[in-house]
Amino acid sequence: MDKVFPQTTYEGIKIHDWDKWEDPFRLTMDAYWKYQAEKERKLYAILDGFNQNNGHLSVTDARYINVLKLFLGSTPPLELMAARGFSMMGRQMNGAGPRVACQMQAVDEYRHFQTQIHSISNYNKYYNGMDEFAHQQSRMWYLSDGKSFFDDAITAGPFEFMVAIGFAFEYVLTNILFVPFISGAAYNGDMAAMTVGFSAQSDEARHMTLGLECIKFMLEQDPDNLPIVQRWIDKWTWRGTRKLASVGMMMDYMLPKRIMSFKEAWEMYVEENGGALFKDLARYGITIPKCFGQTIEEKEHVTHQSWIGFYMKPQATPFHTWIPTPDEMDWLSEKYPNTFDKYYRPVLEHLDAQEKAGNRFDNKTAPMNCQVCVSTMKFNEPGDPMEMCFRESIYQGEKFHTCSDHCKEIFDNEPEKYIQTFISSHQVLQGNCEPDGTDVNAADFKPGQNMLDYWKLDKRALGDFNGSEDQKNFAAWREQATKN
Amino acid sequence: MTMLKTLAPYEVKSRDAVENYKGKQLLYVNWERHRMFSRPFVLALPPETLFSVIIDQYMTDCFSYHPDWKQIDWNTVVWQNGNTPFTPDRNKSLKENGIGHKDLIRFRTPGLDGIAGTGY
Amino acid sequence: MSNAFIAFQKNDDSRCIVEAILEDNPGAMVDDQPSMVKIDVPNRLVIKRETVEEKMGREFDLQELQLHLITISGHLDETDDEFTLSWNS
Repeated sequence: MDKVFPQTTYEGIKIHDWDKWEDPFRLTMDAYWKYQAEKERKLYAILDGFNQNNGHLSVTDARYINVLKLFLGSTPPLELMAARGFSMMGRQMNGAGPRVACQMQAVDEYRHFQTQIHSISNYNKYYNGMDEFAHQQSRMWYLSDGKSFFDDAITAGPFEFMVAIGFAFEYVLTNILFVPFISGAAYNGDMAAMTVGFSAQSDEARHMTLGLECIKFMLEQDPDNLPIVQRWIDKWTWRGTRKLASVGMMMDYMLPKRIMSFKEAWEMYVEENGGALFKDLARYGITIPKCFGQTIEEKEHVTHQSWIGFYMKPQATPFHTWIPTPDEMDWLSEKYPNTFDKYYRPVLEHLDAQEKAGNRFDNKTAPMNCQVCVSTMKFNEPGDPMEMCFRESIYQGEKFHTCSDHCKEIFDNEPEKYIQTFISSHQVLQGNCEPDGTDVNAADFKPGQNMLDYWKLDKRALGDFNGSEDQKNFAAWREQATKN
Repeated sequence: MTMLKTLAPYEVKSRDAVENYKGKQLLYVNWERHRMFSRPFVLALPPETLFSVIIDQYMTDCFSYHPDWKQIDWNTVVWQNGNTPFTPDRNKSLKENGIGHKDLIRFRTPGLDGIAGTGY
Repeated sequence: MSNAFIAFQKNDDSRCIVEAILEDNPGAMVDDQPSMVKIDVPNRLVIKRETVEEKMGREFDLQELQLHLITISGHLDETDDEFTLSWNS
């Protein structure tokens, strides 16, 4: 059997009886096709209706379009990676139960990939900056964190992949992205993102169940599995948390009408829901992930820190940024009473005044990134929001920088893996990020002079929201929609 | 001691080894308590580059957008290489100042704590 | 004690399902959000086929929940008659 399933033993996980795996949803392949087809019919009926009714003009204001550029520009390639990963797991798992569940999940992930692209395609007819997401996925600086998350997972063994995606990605991440954020999309009038997001999340409920079942299965099969599973839970809870910083920013800064803050969503879906899970798993000896305390402290900071990080790079993203309006800042003060006025409002007001005076912030420098999560190094030292957090490790005589104790620990556990991380600002400086046809050996070659071409960034999509083509077109089209 | 498990021997190289930079080395710079700039910036420079070039050209280009920049009293600036305090000599090179590949230069400007003292 | 929860897209079917949950789960809390509804129940949440059928006035297969479901919390146990989410702590 080891020759047929060579990957299920080398991670050190011991399985004695694959027949003990249960699928609590008891979903047969027949029932799966039937219900998935019904979900698709509903989804496309809503999508068609929304598009036929010029739904894009019914969103709150044109700033909203920019959250779609970020969300639908970054997520589909990750869904595709999940599809590839679960196709591989469907091949590698010894038991029939997990094989079928993984195959279903692979098909689901393809479905999400496709429906998200269909959702964006209508917006793409009217707005710029959406059409090169596939090209940008492996090249853009801010897409590196998601890409790295999946690259890390898919290059691990099958059981670690199940913890990474089935547990951490589904439990920690999709519950925030596809539930309160998507509810927020609906609140802002976007029925297209709403139907795509909720339809995806209806599959995620099954995926979470699969991830949880896999964890229970490993823990019940052999007591030696506990320390391995615990290390993976620690690692992937943290990696999921880091990826969430930009999702939280979408909720707090990019939705013109807000339903709940990232902090509130975090408390509901991670602290309470995740807390319930860890309390439950305590009977197997699982303890709360080491990073949990730090994530609770950071929930009041990360979205503000992320928005400042994006705001200062107006020439390096295919979506616009802006300073929140005074009443939006008041909302942030109310939702973040401990941190917003004390640390973040003064700088946002300063930057707003500068923009109005014609001196909009544009930090042209290239970022330093964490070697593990590939976030820019923008997080604070735990306990001191005014200080930056830096950690470093030495491996084979070379320095490697990480953004936190948790990323450092991940690096130190498996340095061979992370010394290969693709950090785009470093690759630029090596001359590896040039548009086709560039002669990197020319005497006058300077790396990084043609980044917009290399990224295929639409120039209309750059810069502040104020004065953008989106802003002008949306106002003009909405005017047309209400007058003869 | 690595915990990495592999199916076969696994020999890999660092993607950012100094030899990949054709005679240059990476340098990161961070202005402490001025988080408006979000994160340190990175440069690739020959080790012979004078430290004065880092201050007068690269740091000035980036950080002069901040109102605190003009207020800096350079005699009081506190420098660190990573977590180690050091005193750079403006007129010496990176190499002579002991700055190696992927070192992070952090500098603190006492009394200047960002916009309204927020660390930004 | 932890909450088990389930969230649905708002539509006519899920309105009946939510009514059935409220009837069968004393202590259930409804959280109405834009285009979705979330129901929390301390420790154990059960959806009974019979009650849903009564509310809908037609036959109902519990697997139809898949069509309206957004997210769940708790260990799942599903039979032909009951869909249960629970925590062991």
